[in-house]
Amino acid sequence: MSTLVLLLVTGVGLGALYFLVASGLSLIYGLMGVLNFAHGSFLTLGAYAGWEVSRRMSDGSWLSLVLSLVVGAAVGALVAIATELLLIRRLYERHVEQVLVTVGLALATVALFDGIWGTDAVYVSGPAWLDETSGVLGAQIPHDRFLLIGVAVAVLLGIVAFLRFTRFGLVIRAGVENRSMVTALGIDVRMAFTVVFAIGGAAAGIGGVLASQYFGYVSPQLGASLLIFAFIVTVIGGLGSLLGAAIASLAVAVLQQLANFYASGTGDLVVVLLLAAVLLVRPSGLMGARA
Amino acid sequence: MSTSTTPPTSREDDRPATTRGQHGDSHRAATPGGDGASRTRRRLVEPVAGLVLLVVLAVLPLLNLSIPGVLPGATYTPGTLQLLALCLLFASLALTYHVLFGITGLLSFGHALYLAVGAYGLGIVLERTGLGLLPAMVVTLVLGIAVATLLGAVSLRVSGISFAMVTLAFAQAGSVLIRRNPSITGGEESLPLTTDHVPAALVGVIHTRNLYWVALALLVLVLVLVTWFERSRAGHVAAATRENELRVRVLGMRPYPVQLLAFVVGAGLAVVVGMVYLLLNSGVTPRVASADFTLTILVVVVLGGLGSRWGAVVGGIVYTLLDHRLTALASSDTVEQLPALLRVPLSEPLFLLGTLFVLVVLFVPGGLVGLGTRLADGVRGRRGSTADGAA
Amino acid sequence: MSTRPVLVVRGLTARIAGQQVLEDVSLEVPARGVTALLGRNGVGKTSTLKALMGLIERSGTIELDGEPVDRLATHKVVQRGVGYVPEDREVFGSLTVAENLRLAERSGGRGGRHGVSPERRELVGDLFPDIIDRSSQRAGTLSGGQQQMVALARALLNENRLLLVDEPTKGLSPRLVGEVTDALEKAAQVVPVLLVEQNLTVARRLAGDAVVLDGGRVVHAGPAADLLDDESRVVALLGVGGEPGQSQSQHQSQHQSQDQSQDQSQHQSQQHDTAEATS
Repeated sequence: MSTLVLLLVTGVGLGALYFLVASGLSLIYGLMGVLNFAHGSFLTLGAYAGWEVSRRMSDGSWLSLVLSLVVGAAVGALVAIATELLLIRRLYERHVEQVLVTVGLALATVALFDGIWGTDAVYVSGPAWLDETSGVLGAQIPHDRFLLIGVAVAVLLGIVAFLRFTRFGLVIRAGVENRSMVTALGIDVRMAFTVVFAIGGAAAGIGGVLASQYFGYVSPQLGASLLIFAFIVTVIGGLGSLLGAAIASLAVAVLQQLANFYASGTGDLVVVLLLAAVLLVRPSGLMGARA
Repeated sequence: MSTSTTPPTSREDDRPATTRGQHGDSHRAATPGGDGASRTRRRLVEPVAGLVLLVVLAVLPLLNLSIPGVLPGATYTPGTLQLLALCLLFASLALTYHVLFGITGLLSFGHALYLAVGAYGLGIVLERTGLGLLPAMVVTLVLGIAVATLLGAVSLRVSGISFAMVTLAFAQAGSVLIRRNPSITGGEESLPLTTDHVPAALVGVIHTRNLYWVALALLVLVLVLVTWFERSRAGHVAAATRENELRVRVLGMRPYPVQLLAFVVGAGLAVVVGMVYLLLNSGVTPRVASADFTLTILVVVVLGGLGSRWGAVVGGIVYTLLDHRLTALASSDTVEQLPALLRVPLSEPLFLLGTLFVLVVLFVPGGLVGLGTRLADGVRGRRGSTADGAA
Repeated sequence: MSTRPVLVVRGLTARIAGQQVLEDVSLEVPARGVTALLGRNGVGKTSTLKALMGLIERSGTIELDGEPVDRLATHKVVQRGVGYVPEDREVFGSLTVAENLRLAERSGGRGGRHGVSPERRELVGDLFPDIIDRSSQRAGTLSGGQQQMVALARALLNENRLLLVDEPTKGLSPRLVGEVTDALEKAAQVVPVLLVEQNLTVARRLAGDAVVLDGGRVVHAGPAADLLDDESRVVALLGVGGEPGQSQSQHQSQHQSQDQSQDQSQHQSQQHDTAEATS
C-alpha cells in the first residue's frame, strides 16, 4: 500500500513535469500548427539558468529556489519569443518548414549547451526541506514531489486564468478554433503567436528548474528526454487541448511509474503501447477535436 | 472550404497537379520555368551523367587521388574508402527516407529505427544462428518488413504532425529496447559483428575496398528501386497524396494503402542499408536508433533538396563529409587556441550543422540541388532567353 | 461625394493552393445600399470576398474609399473599415456569444481603446435581441440562424465603411431567412453591403445593384432591378434551375412559377415561399 502511494505521488509529480512541457507544446500547436522540437531546449536552458542563479546564491535557501524559478521562466520565455520572431514568423503558414527549423534549432542548441556547460551533468541542490520526506497514508513521500505538483497546478491555473480573463487569452482561444476568422475580425493574430510562445517557453523554463530539482542534475539532454514524453502526452491528450494535456500527463506518468516498478522497468514501452492503443481507438486523442 | 469557391475551370487545372508525379524525377527542384524541351533534355542527361559518375566512383579505390581538406587521405587508403563508403551509405539511407518524405509527404521521425533493425537484426541473427550471411540477411529483411508493416499500419492512423510524433515514439521505444537488453544487443556498448559466417572478403581493414564496392552497389540498387517506385502507378498516387490528399480521396482512391506501401518500401530499404552499415563498421552502437539519428536523416534530405532523388544522394554525401571534417576541425589545435566565444561553437560539429540546416530551410528552399539548378538556370537565362529568368 | 463608389476593384486575380479561382475581376460597389454579387454555383463569389479580405492569395488593385488595400494583410483590411460575414458563419463555437462579440470589438480607428459606440451597441441590440439574451451561451450550441445573427452582429458592432456578407440565408429556416433579410435591410441603411446571395428573392428585395460572375470573371454589372426582373437574363447569366435544353420562351411563358423553381435550386421550397411572402 505504502509503495503504491509513493508510486502514485511520484507519478503525479512526474506528470506535473510532463504537463509543464506539454502545455506549451499543445498551445503552440493548437494556435499555430507548429510542432516545436526546440521546446526541450527551452527547458534545458531554463534549467541551466536556474542552476547558474542557485550556484551564485549557493545557500540552498527558498529565496534562491524562487529566484531560480523566476529566472528560468524568464529565460525560457525570452528564448521562445526570439525563436518565434526570428525563425518561425519568417515561415508563416509553412508548417513543415517551421517544424524543420525547430529541429535544426534543437540540434544546434543541444550541441551548444554541450560546448558551454560540458556533456557531463551538473549537480543541483535545493532547500534541504525538499530532500526530506513526510508520511502520507503510510508512505514516505519526498517533498520535491509536492513542489512539482504545487507549481504545475499553479501554472495550469495561471494559464487557464490568462486564457479566460484576458483579451490575449480570448484571441488565443478563438485562434485555436479558427485562426483565419480571427484575422478577419481585424486582429493581428501573430501577436498571439508570440504570446503563446512566451507562455510555453516560460512553462518549459519553470519545468527545467523543477526537473533539475527532481532529478538532482542538469544535462544538455535533459530537455530532449522529457520532450519525447511530452510529445506522447500531447498526442494522447489531443493536440491543442490544455485539459487533454493535463489529463494525459498524469495518466502517462502514473502508468510509467507503475510499469517501471511492477513490470520490471517497462515504463517507457508501456507508454508507447498506450499511445498506439489510444490512436487505434481515438486517432484525435482524448480531448482532441475529431477530424 | 465550400464547393462554391471552385470555379468551372478547376477540371482543367486538375490535370497538371495530379500528373505531376510523372515528371517526379525532379519535381520540387525542377526548373521554375522548365518547359517540355528542357525536361526531355534532362531525361537524357540524367542517366548519362549518372553512368559517368558511377564509373568514376567504381574506379576510385584503384586511383591515387587526394583532395586535401575534403578527404583525409588518398582515395585508395582504407581510411578514405571507409569515409567514402559511409557517404554512399548515407546517400542510400537518405534515398530510403526520400520515399517517405520526399515522394509521399510522410514526415516520419522514426526512420532510424529501421536502420537499427537492419544492423542489430543482422548482428543478432549472425551471432545467434549458424546461418550464412545471405540467409541471415533475408531473415533480417523479412523481420524488418514485418516490423515496418505493423508500426506503419498503426502510425498511419494519424497524419501530419501526429504521425511525426507517433513514429518518434516508436523509434524511442526501439532505442529503449536496445539499451535495456545488453545481453542481446550489447546495451550501451556496441554489438560487434560476428564474422564466423561472413565471407572473408568482407571482413577487416584490408578489405575496406570491397565494402566500398558493396556500398556503391547498394546505392545503385536503392536508386534504381526508388526510381522505379517513384515512376510506378503507386508512386504517382503517393505523390498525389502528398500534393493534395483530399483530391486523391475525391478521385475515389484511398491514400492509406499507398502510404503504407511507401512506408514499408522506405523502411525495408533502410533495413538493407542497416545491414551493410553493420558490415562496414564491423558493429553497431545504439546511436543509430536515437532520435538524433532520425533527425540527422531529415537534415540530410532537406540539405540536399527535398523531393529530389539526387538531392538525397548529394545531401548524404555532403553531410557525411561535412560531419567528418567538422569533427576534425573541432578537435584541431587552431580551434583550441581561439577565444571561448568562437571556440565553443566551432568545437561542436552538431551546432554548426544545425545552424547550417536552419539557414538552408530559411533561405535555400530547394536545398543544395535546388541552389545548383537555380545557379545553372541563372547562367543559362543570362546567356539565352530573358523569359526564363523570372525565377 | 456620395456618388463615389466605396470599393473599386480592378483586375482582381486569386488563387487557392496554386489554383486560379478568379480571373481579372473588376467591379465597383456604390457607397450606399446593397450590391448583390451573383452567379452560378462555383463561379468564384465566395473567392471574390475572400480575395478582397486578403484571406487567399490575390493580385490586382482594390481601393477602399480611394485608398489601396490590396497589399494589406487581412487584419489591416478589416481595420480600414471592412466587416466580413463569412459563408458558414464561422462563429467561435467554444466561445460564448458575449466573447464572440467582445473579440470583434475594434478600437475606434483613431487609436482609441477597444470598444464600440453606444449607438452601435443599441443597433445590434435592436436587431438581434435573441442573441443578446443568450450572451453567456456557447456559440457552438446556437441554432444556425442564431449563429448567423452572431456573425452579422460581429460585423455590425464596428463603424465600417463596407460589409462583405456571404450567403447569410444559406440553410436557414424560412422564418429566419425573413429575419436575417430584415436585419440586413436595416444594416444597409448605415453601411454599404456587398452581398453574395443565392436566394434571388432576398437579393431582389435588398439589392440596388448587381454584379454577375461567371467562370471567375464579371459578366454583368448594373442596377439589380434591370437584371432580376428580366427572366431571360436571369437564366442566361445565373442559369438557376434552367436545364441546358430549355428554351428561353418556355421560361418567359411560365413567368412566375419558373422563377420560383429557379430559386429553389439552392433553397428548399418552403423556405423560398415564406421568404417571398415576407417581401
